Order: sequence, then C-alpha cells, then structure tokens
Amino acid sequence: MNTLNKNEIENTKSKRSKIIGLSLIFFGFVIYLFFGLGIEGQATFRLSRPTDPFALPNLILPAHSFIGLSALLIAFFGGRIIMKAPKNFTIFVALSFFLAIAAFLVWATAGKSFSLTGMLQATVVRAVPIALAAMAGIMCERVAVINIGIEGMLLAGAFAGALFGSIFGNLIGLVLAILVGGGFGFILAALVVTFRVDQIIAGVAINIFVLGITSFLTSHLLKSNPELNDAPIFKSIDIPFFSEIPVLGSVFFKHNIFVYFSIFIVIVSTYYLFKTAYGLRARAVGEHPKAAETLGISVIRTRFNHVIIGGMIAGFGGAWFTLGSVGRFDEGMTGGRGFIGLAAMIFGRWHPIGALFAALVFGFADSLQQKLAILRTPIPSEFLAMAPYLVTIIVVAGIVGNAKPPQAIGKAYVKEN
Amino acid sequence: MKLKLNEISKSFGPVKANSDINLTVNRGEILGLLGENGAGKTTLMNILTGLYKPDSGSILIDNQLKVFHNPREANKNGVGMVHQHFMLVPVFSVTENIILGTEPTTTFNKIDLTNAKEKVLKISSEYNLDVDPNQLIEKLPVGIQQRVEIIKILFRDAEILIFDEPTAVLTPQEVVEFFEIIKNLKKAGKAIIFITHKLHEVLEVCDRINVLRSGKIVGEELPKKTTNKKLAELMVGRKVNLKTNRQIVEKGEVLLEVNNLSILSENKEPLLSNLDVKLHKNEILGIAGVQGNGQTEFIEALTGLRKISSGKISYFGKECKNFSPRKIHQLGVRHIPEDRQKQGLIGDFSLTENIILNTYYEKKFSNNIALNWSNAKKEAKRIIEKFDVRTNSEEISADKLSGGNQQKLLIGREMSRSINLLIASQPTRGVDVGSIEYIHNQIVMARNKGIGVLLNSTELDEIIALSDRIIVFYEGRVIAEFPSNADPNIIGLAMAGVN
Repeated sequence: MNTLNKNEIENTKSKRSKIIGLSLIFFGFVIYLFFGLGIEGQATFRLSRPTDPFALPNLILPAHSFIGLSALLIAFFGGRIIMKAPKNFTIFVALSFFLAIAAFLVWATAGKSFSLTGMLQATVVRAVPIALAAMAGIMCERVAVINIGIEGMLLAGAFAGALFGSIFGNLIGLVLAILVGGGFGFILAALVVTFRVDQIIAGVAINIFVLGITSFLTSHLLKSNPELNDAPIFKSIDIPFFSEIPVLGSVFFKHNIFVYFSIFIVIVSTYYLFKTAYGLRARAVGEHPKAAETLGISVIRTRFNHVIIGGMIAGFGGAWFTLGSVGRFDEGMTGGRGFIGLAAMIFGRWHPIGALFAALVFGFADSLQQKLAILRTPIPSEFLAMAPYLVTIIVVAGIVGNAKPPQAIGKAYVKEN
Repeated sequence: MKLKLNEISKSFGPVKANSDINLTVNRGEILGLLGENGAGKTTLMNILTGLYKPDSGSILIDNQLKVFHNPREANKNGVGMVHQHFMLVPVFSVTENIILGTEPTTTFNKIDLTNAKEKVLKISSEYNLDVDPNQLIEKLPVGIQQRVEIIKILFRDAEILIFDEPTAVLTPQEVVEFFEIIKNLKKAGKAIIFITHKLHEVLEVCDRINVLRSGKIVGEELPKKTTNKKLAELMVGRKVNLKTNRQIVEKGEVLLEVNNLSILSENKEPLLSNLDVKLHKNEILGIAGVQGNGQTEFIEALTGLRKISSGKISYFGKECKNFSPRKIHQLGVRHIPEDRQKQGLIGDFSLTENIILNTYYEKKFSNNIALNWSNAKKEAKRIIEKFDVRTNSEEISADKLSGGNQQKLLIGREMSRSINLLIASQPTRGVDVGSIEYIHNQIVMARNKGIGVLLNSTELDEIIALSDRIIVFYEGRVIAEFPSNADPNIIGLAMAGVN
C-alpha cells in the first residue's frame, strides 16, 4: 500500500510539474504576443516626487526588449520546471507572475511616464481596509467563529465615522466607529455563540441590516443635512527621518494613522496569538473547544471577547473609508472590501503577517487598476476595475487550496451540564 | 489523598444516569470501575471532574466537602482525568497542550516555554513516560498521546487520577506499557480510578473493583477473590454465558462458492491469490487471521465493493460477475461491515434513516417520488424492539447510541429481513459483554435456521466459539483449514504463517 501511494504521489507530482511548466511556457509566449509585438519606445518610471529631498533618477526601460526578456525568462522557468521537476516550484511561479506584471506595466507605460512610487504608496493605502478586515476575520476565526459580517461592520464603521466625525471631530468619530464595530461584534457573538444561529446566516443578516440602515440614514439624514456628512479627515503624518528615505519613505512612512495602526495591530495580534497564554487559549478554543473547556477555559467567554475585538477592528477599518480617505459617506462605499479581507485571511493562512502580505497583493491590484485608468490603456476601465476581485478569485481557487482553517470553525459549542 | 463520593445522583431528563452512588479511593490504590456502556461510568466521572453538576450528593477529599463548578476547580483540588477521547489539540505541541490553561508566563503574558518544557521533561522522566515536549500531537501515535494526557494532569499536581476506558484505543503492546505506567503512578502514591468494561483488565491491575449497572453500584469485589464470570454477571445483571451453546446441525447445500479468486492492488501486487472457499447452508465459516492478510479485500469482493482481477464468485449456484452491492443485497446476502461508523451507519442520520439506508428504494418505503416515513418508522420501531437496541426514540441520531447498541441496530437492519447468507465482519468489535452474548446468539440462531454465515474476526476466541469450520488467511491465501474442535494453539501458529 505504501509503495503504491508513493508511486502515485510521484506520478501526480511529475504530471503536475509538466502541466505547470507547459503553461508557463505558453504564458511567456502569450505575453510576448500581446505586449511585446510591435511595441516601441521607452517606459519611464518616476521613483521620486518633486518634493523629495533626495531625488532619484527616473527608471527608464526600453519597452520591447524588456518585455521580450521577461517573456523569455518566464518560458525558461517553465522549461526548468519540466526538466528538473523541482520540489519547490512556487518560487518560480511567483517570479513569473512578478515578471508578467512588470511586463504589463512596461507595456502600459511605453512612451509615457508613470510614478512607480505613487502606485506603491497607493498599494499600502488600499491594503489598509483589506488588512484590517482580515485581522478582524482572524480574531473571530481563530476562536472558530466565521465572520461573514465583516463587510457590514466595515460599512457601519464608515458610516459612524462620517456622522460622528462631522459632529464631534475625527478623533471622537474614530472612537465611536470602533465602538459601533464592537457593538456589531457583540450582536454577532450573541447570535452565534449564545443562540447558536448558523454563523453564515448571522453574518449575512448583519451585512444586509447594515446596508439597509446606512442607506436609509444616508437618504433621510445625510442628504438633507450635508453638514452631517462632512468629517475632517486624518492628515498624514511623516515619520521623521524614515520618511526621507528615497522610495521607501514615501511608500511606508508618509501616511495617516490608519496605516501605522494597521501595522501595529498586525504586530500586536501576532504576538498575542502566538506568544501569549491568552492567545494559546484562544487558539485552543478554535481548534478543540472541549479540550479547552476541560482545562477550565470558558469557550463562550473567549469567543465573545474575540468576536467583539474583531468587530472593533472592523469598525476601525470602516472608519478608514470616511475619516482616513474621503471624509464623507456614500452608500455601499466599502465595495466588498470585507469579503476581500476574508480572502486575504485565508490566503495568509489565518496568520496576521500572512494576511498583511495578502492584503498588500490585493491592495496592489486595487491601486494598479486605479493608476492604469490614468494611463489610458486600450483596456476598458471596467475590466481594470475587476482586477482586485479577479485576483481574489485566482488566489482563493488556486493558491489557497490546502490551507487548513481552525478545526472547530463554524461549529457552535454546546456546554454540557 | 483520599476521595469519597457520597450518595451522588444525576439525571438527564427522565434518564437516571447515576443514583445514590457511594465510592471511595485511597492513596496508592487502583480502583476498578466496571460497567457496560451506558451504565453511568462516564457521567459519574464528569461529575467528579466538574464538567457536570450532580443533582444531589457530595464529594469529599480528605474528609473535606468539595463542590466543583468547573474543571479548573476540580484540578485545583487534585482531581485529574484522562478522557476516553483525548482532549488534545492536534496542531499544538506536546508542551502547549500540557500547559494550556495554566501557562507559566513572564511579562506581557508571554508564555515561558523553556520553563514549561523543563517541567514537562521532569514529569516525563520521573514516571518513565518518555515524551518529547517539542513534538506536534498530530504526529504522535495514540499510545504516546495518552501519555501526554497523563503528564497534563500530573502537571496540574493531580493526586486523584481518573482513566476513562484508557485501553479502548491502544494496541495490545501499548496496553502492556500503559499498565506499567499506572502501576508506577500507584507506587508514587496517587489514587487511581480505572474505568473499563473489560473484565481481564480490572482483574490484572486493580486493587478493588466496583461494579456499576444502570447508574447504581451493584457490588464490590476483590480481584483475588472473584472470577470473570461473577464480574460479568454483576455487570450485566443476569447470568451470562461467556460460551455460546451450539448444537450440531447437518450442513446443507453450497450457498457461496469462490473459485480461484485473485485480486491485485493498483500497482499489481497480489492482495488475494487463488482463493477457493465454499460456504454451506447451516454453517458458520470462520475466517481467522491477523488483520491485513486479505480478509478485508475478500469481504469487499464478496459484497461487490471491490473489483476482482480473476476467478469466480457464485452465490446460490449462479455466478455474480460485477454485481453491484445492491444486487448482491437483493440476493439475500446481508453484510455487517467491519467498521460500523464508516461503512455501516451514518452517524448524523436518525435511527429510522439508518434502518432504511439500503432498502429505501423498495416499494414499502418509497413510491419513487417521496419516502414513506410512517412505514420507515414502523420498521425502525420493530427492529429496535426486536433487537433490543437501547434508545428512547427512533428519531435520535445514530452516533448518540453506544457502540453495542449501534452494532445491534446494524445487525437488526441486516438480519430482520429475508436472508440467505450473512457476512459478518468483526461483529463484536468494541461492544460490551452483554451485547457480545446477544450478537453471538443471533448469529448461531441464524445458522440454525438454515442460513450460511461467513464470520470474519481477528478475535480467535470468537472464531473458535462460533465456527463450524475455520479457514486461516495469511498473506492473501487460505493457508489452513480446521474443524471446530481444533487446538487454538495450532490455529494461532497458522495465523503467524506456520503450517
């Protein structure tokens, strides 16, 4: 039996590497065909902004040869995978992906100039709500509560941020947005932990409720009182010294508090989950609640606490849309970022750092479509706007496959007595 | 420490799980708590560990009254339990599992892992448990996982140790090692409660034996002064025949004939080679053998679950080439599969649903559009009644039943209808004494009525007790055949490949 399995595994492995290798070669070919053929001129990438203290020269790439080289490299990786069937071909696939995107960018910019730093900075900004939604998801799912309602919690946070920010100023607006998010966390916890409502249904109910109530309030309250929908946004804070580093300074250290707090939350929650005793207990509740209960850990209380904290993080993430970005609330303005956040959580394997990187991938797709719209490429802008969602589908369907969620996920815990 | 339970009672709805239980365990003593599945052993222990609250009665530790509201309080008072189904988180390390809930911490609530590992190693070596604190639980064999559970309660300074059916999941070798471990714990002065339904185990390691039946203590015995038979009677509440009465019946015509049967695995290694087997009317044919010698594949081939590579299988004189399981079932061949939870029953389905699982399509239960639930329920009730399945409703899910009752339900489903031939695989695995007796009687009665029975069991005692003829499987072949009165030692040798 064992030898049988081994052979089978070997067979499927070599088959898989063949398929992946061949598709990479094909991919390289397609890239050259679509982007390389007939392209001329140079692509100019601006690395510095006029205001930067140390200006870097522009990165100028000859379009045709760069795209040709990228395509060739991708095909070469494919050939390597077929010939050698290396154990770890994900790195080659990732590299190919990176090259493909670079080739695409060069094609789009050929004969024009494009601010690379600007796009990367936008990537970080756009990743914020997704990362925060993912953190909220991790807090809940690590204790085995599925939180489909994150989208609704984001929206509630955005609305509360706009409304209360307009009345009381942005700081109090932010605090109230967090509290509103926590309140929805409490509602979700009460529904699924205490009353053992199906977790998906409870989450969907929250989404629909929030969408309905915020739309109602927008048309009946905000429309007639525009002064209630005009919140002061948080100004960006340049971190001294770091913000002056070329490229990196603009990308990471010239942001408002939402970016800095997101990174802070990622670090703290990583430490909390994997280094502290409370984190260990929380994970135990998500993996094997009965074992936790026999050791005197209250499953119910742990789940309540974490779902409420998750809601608060989502509320904070929601406030980004209004207080961190545009200063006003629009119906449905979260645009599915809560769901993309859940995808980032899965992509990052329920680990805050992993989820942060996943969020950056989605943020990149988001900012890419935004910037490309400015470059006026032949691709219709509607297609470009699909990019983040397309990446979500590819990631969830293709790469995530074998990620393992907490074992007790989705199951209500019944305490015996 | 000395533990005393005083008049403990606990009901679940109308069911009295425990009534007026008195029980004492002393320091350095192993108390055996013997009882069938559903006798109330686990309930009692869940009360003792703070998982359940008793309706009445009291717990005394060193003559002090204690009330446990949760497991943590029981822990604090030195009571620890190793559950039948381990309470371990598979993706955590050994150390993480052990310290969970009582983690040693430094600043910012950070877990002090080095300190914790040292402590784990210390306990491990003190009781000779030999556990690596860094391993992940999911990578460890069951026997080691159990030791992790033991360290877990010792880490909490338990003085009163409760083991709930600790040997149920262990291999024979692991059982021997486990007995050594609890003897060591006893020497170290722990008070131990050993819950089981296996008679020879309590006789082997316990100092005293309390027998629990229907929620009551029905007797206290000393291992030196009691017998298997006496304990079994106390446990079941009536005289138990550990031997089955089997009068001689003339065997009849051939029901099943297997000619030159071979099965190859997917990479062309032989699983069964050139098998010739005949089963007659009024005959129980026992298949003996160490597990994994082709018995499973043989039975899968006979029941249509596995394709054969060459040879012939004929039921009632007709060859059944590529018959589906349903077609074979329709011939009156009934199958009790070796793993009732994986193949026999669907745990989440109700008893009624399980009863019609392989007959739902018949006119009686279906008009091709909808199922006839009233007939299905009637049938379920009839089988539950007739085959003594202990349940208060046919609507509960099958996994709520004890192992013995699940097996009775399965046997009832297969044997309550017109039947010509029975293929029973491990029919009494994980089943309590009372149910074993019942199942054995059913099999013998079937044979007396003219049915042929193919009995596959890894328990040689069972094979010898029931079979009219015994064949021994070894490496995919029938290596020997014996009459029913053969010497067990010689059969045992054949099972090891000596002929």
